[in-house]
Amino acid sequence: MTTVSSASPSLEGADSRNRLFGPLPDVSADAGYEEDHPSRVGFFTDTSVCIGCKACEVACKEWNTLPMDDSNGVLGQMGMSGMSYDNTGQLGANSWRHVSFIEQSRSVDLPMPTIGMPGADRHDHGHDHGANAISPQADSVLSAQTSVLNAEALSEFDPQTSVTGGDGGTQIRWLMSSDVCKHCTHAGCLDVCPTGALFRTEFGTVVVQGDICNGCGYCVSACPYGVIDVRKDDGRAFKCTMCYDRLTDGLQPACATACPTQSIQFGDLDELQARADARLATLKSQGVETARLYGRDESDGVGGVGAFFLLLDEPEVYGLPPDPIVTTRDLPAMWKAAATGAAMIVGVVASSFLGRRR
Amino acid sequence: MTTPSSTSPDDAHLNGRSVDAGSTGNEPAGEAPLAAAAGGWHRAGGADLTQPKRRKRRKGGGGWGSGNREAAMVPDAEFSSYYGRQIVKTPTWKNPEVPLYLFLGGAAGTSSVLGALAEFTDRPTLARNAEYVAGAAALGSVVLLIDDLGRPERFLHMLRVFKPTSPLSVGSYILSPFSAFTSAAAGFRLLELAPLLKLGTKVLPFLPALARFFPGARKASAIAAAAFGGPMATYTAVLLSNTAAPSWHEVHTELPFVFAGSAMAAGGGITMALTPVAEAGPSRKTALTGVALELFMVNKVEHGHGLLSEPYHEGKAGTLMRAAKKATITGAAFTALLGRTRVGAVIGGTLLAAGSVMTRMGVFEAGIASTKDPKYIVIPQKERMAARKAGEAVAEDEARSVVR
Repeated sequence: MTTVSSASPSLEGADSRNRLFGPLPDVSADAGYEEDHPSRVGFFTDTSVCIGCKACEVACKEWNTLPMDDSNGVLGQMGMSGMSYDNTGQLGANSWRHVSFIEQSRSVDLPMPTIGMPGADRHDHGHDHGANAISPQADSVLSAQTSVLNAEALSEFDPQTSVTGGDGGTQIRWLMSSDVCKHCTHAGCLDVCPTGALFRTEFGTVVVQGDICNGCGYCVSACPYGVIDVRKDDGRAFKCTMCYDRLTDGLQPACATACPTQSIQFGDLDELQARADARLATLKSQGVETARLYGRDESDGVGGVGAFFLLLDEPEVYGLPPDPIVTTRDLPAMWKAAATGAAMIVGVVASSFLGRRR
Repeated sequence: MTTPSSTSPDDAHLNGRSVDAGSTGNEPAGEAPLAAAAGGWHRAGGADLTQPKRRKRRKGGGGWGSGNREAAMVPDAEFSSYYGRQIVKTPTWKNPEVPLYLFLGGAAGTSSVLGALAEFTDRPTLARNAEYVAGAAALGSVVLLIDDLGRPERFLHMLRVFKPTSPLSVGSYILSPFSAFTSAAAGFRLLELAPLLKLGTKVLPFLPALARFFPGARKASAIAAAAFGGPMATYTAVLLSNTAAPSWHEVHTELPFVFAGSAMAAGGGITMALTPVAEAGPSRKTALTGVALELFMVNKVEHGHGLLSEPYHEGKAGTLMRAAKKATITGAAFTALLGRTRVGAVIGGTLLAAGSVMTRMGVFEAGIASTKDPKYIVIPQKERMAARKAGEAVAEDEARSVVR
């Protein structure tokens, strides 16, 4: 992971010419804003403290007056998705925040029934590692398996982890994550928009201008995260604006304001990145091996994102692409191939006029 | 299926997987090995929720058409997803409007080049027909493209900016002059017809005075149109490839040549069908070269990309691609063997045009299908990450050995 921040001057020079992909030290300046533009803002969504309350979804819908739809994006419909507590289903034209719910379990193969009492591992922090006289091997397995639960912060109050039953010990945990538009450094939607309806704001975010969009739908197929979509009865494309209207008035976005656990943190991207790095280090030191940052790496396929996440499992488990790449990274190669193909047509047709008359 | 308890393919699927996961005790069946690395967590409630429901093919490839062995050999890799839901959005473009647009753009592009060159090689009928085809197809393209917009009344917004990063923007600046020049060339042709000139004179009384300029203006328009003809035929491949639809993006260096070949087959075929054989020689040759290019490049698309080639074989896309190949090959055979007879030329040309339409529809459907299954996103991206990691490890190793 690179430690370069989004506004770092260390990238000036050769790398700052990354117009189609790669790290970009100042997205707003790259988009043509004057030097005194505000610093790039973003979201840091720390899913380890998300409680799945959906306050962000409600706040977003209310603030932006988004219409009702079902989990497949059908307007005016209500329906059960069959996906845990998630009836929102996906991000789209009418859902700009989407809380995903993943119910997971794992077996805790406990060697001695007394240790396997419900909740035992919540209070026992495993101080007597290696003290299992009967089977040291089993003990190391046990400590590895319960290491997640031994995390100091999570052991006090952990909404995502509980142990059920003494019957072989099945642990249940909930993964909840509030997904949102990533406001990429290299935004595919912005790159491909033919009307200029999508634009980079002075805050470094990406916003659709409703009075310009003509509903061509190119942004929909260009987004590597499947965020933006066209609203059926309206015909235009819609997505999260990071509450551009609120930002210009010095307010925080509605979702971050409503979040009761600070799972959604809004602020200057630099600051959020530092905070996220610290949070990850804390979790790792507490033994949460599976914690990882998603979208933080500025050398990734989209040049890092403005809305990044701390996840507790693989990205695809949350419905996120594991290695997204902005499609325009390969555009020069495509134009080259198309130009060659076009020249080929002219060449073939011209040569077909040569030679024998019939 | 040998186990009596496995009554459905899905059961067999689960049983097969529980053997894999059996070593770790009472984990539910169907857990991907990946999950073990992630602290042993897996989705509660069994495997069927973790994986998208998909029918297992049991025939082992017997039901396939020609040349799909590669696709059949792609293993059904393990992967996680969010309730099997798709990750990228399915393009909102209308079907069949957009594939037809791809076809018309290709046919018009090739015809415009044919028309311009026929103007100066003493082939008046070929020039006339090619110009009519180009003009009509270009106008049809414009109508289809505007119809595809969510807000058609705002189609002129396409021209308020120029963005090289947006193939649709670049395409608008190709389509606009192309359709203007092709319809101008076709329009001057029409005005050279006496009854139509009479009709036009009723509206614009000065027309007969300008009549002597018509042939020159027509030729100039035809040349100008031909300059945009090639790009018109191939930019649409970039339009599709420059998306997050995995099976389109993956083939981004090959698709422009598929479309170029398909465009030559269509444009050559249509003008060949309409024109007396004595003048249609260039159309025949163009069509046949186009077919060769198309078949060669389609083969690369269909077999060169592992899992991401799969959508080109399966379902609706597979049916269309196979039908396209049959029509194209048959059309090419008619053209080559009977192309110097009028009947053979008409049959051959029609088949080539039909093949081109179906190629575009097949490619379109394949990309759509690749957005609907998360495996086409997750598995190739995971492989990409693993390859990168392996590459980094090798580089590190080399660096270390150099230091030593």
